[in-house]
Amino acid sequence: MAKSRVALDVKIPSDVRFIDGVVELATRKCRELHLPPHKCSLNVRVALAEAISNAILRGNGEAKDKHVRVRAVVSDDKVVFDVVDEGPGFDLAEERPDPTAPEHLEQEDGRGLFLMKRLMDNVERFQSGGNVVRLTIRR
Amino acid sequence: MSFAISKQGEVVVVDVEGQLIVGNRQELKQKVLDELEKGEKKFLIDFSQTGYIDSSGLGVLVSLSKKIREQGGELRLANLNDDLQTLFELTKLDTLFQISDTRERALESF
Repeated sequence: MAKSRVALDVKIPSDVRFIDGVVELATRKCRELHLPPHKCSLNVRVALAEAISNAILRGNGEAKDKHVRVRAVVSDDKVVFDVVDEGPGFDLAEERPDPTAPEHLEQEDGRGLFLMKRLMDNVERFQSGGNVVRLTIRR
Repeated sequence: MSFAISKQGEVVVVDVEGQLIVGNRQELKQKVLDELEKGEKKFLIDFSQTGYIDSSGLGVLVSLSKKIREQGGELRLANLNDDLQTLFELTKLDTLFQISDTRERALESF
């Protein structure tokens, strides 16, 4: 079995001002783990920012007494980020409009989940001590 | 994270320093809308000092572009790094905006 270790484990209040700090910390960790530079600067940065933003705004509804936990576990072949909020969760498989379709291109919203799925190798959602969005990227 | 606004000829230039994300997108939106209300029509957003943009940042650019066009103006973009260029291509927003390699080229294009 491949060895894995926790590379990051932080808990932040439901406040969007905390997103950037966690994302930068995760990006630094990725560089230390020698992931390809574009995976650190683009894939992890943007997908993680989206997941944390969803957790704060939609999951926790920006409630001051609720928190978001961000955890990264590293193994030989991948890095797995868990973003955990205290909300009811959402259906990842639900059909959503394609934000790249010409009729939706000028819509302000609807690109978050699309970007997570395009920038990560796998995106899952499940309940485990909260609502978990799991982002997996291969090294 | 901040937005510096300057005027070059008839063009309002906005430099995005840091990130354009959910935490600061409203600030950018308000600054540009204030200029639009003053009667400005030509806008250029320069991303040469920008780390990354999230989906809400992209959404604000789309929304501003629409509002500016409705007032008879235009919003153009410049200096996307490779990551940002990829982001615009993934979302196909590269088809919605006129994007220049440099600020100078963008200013000349108006």
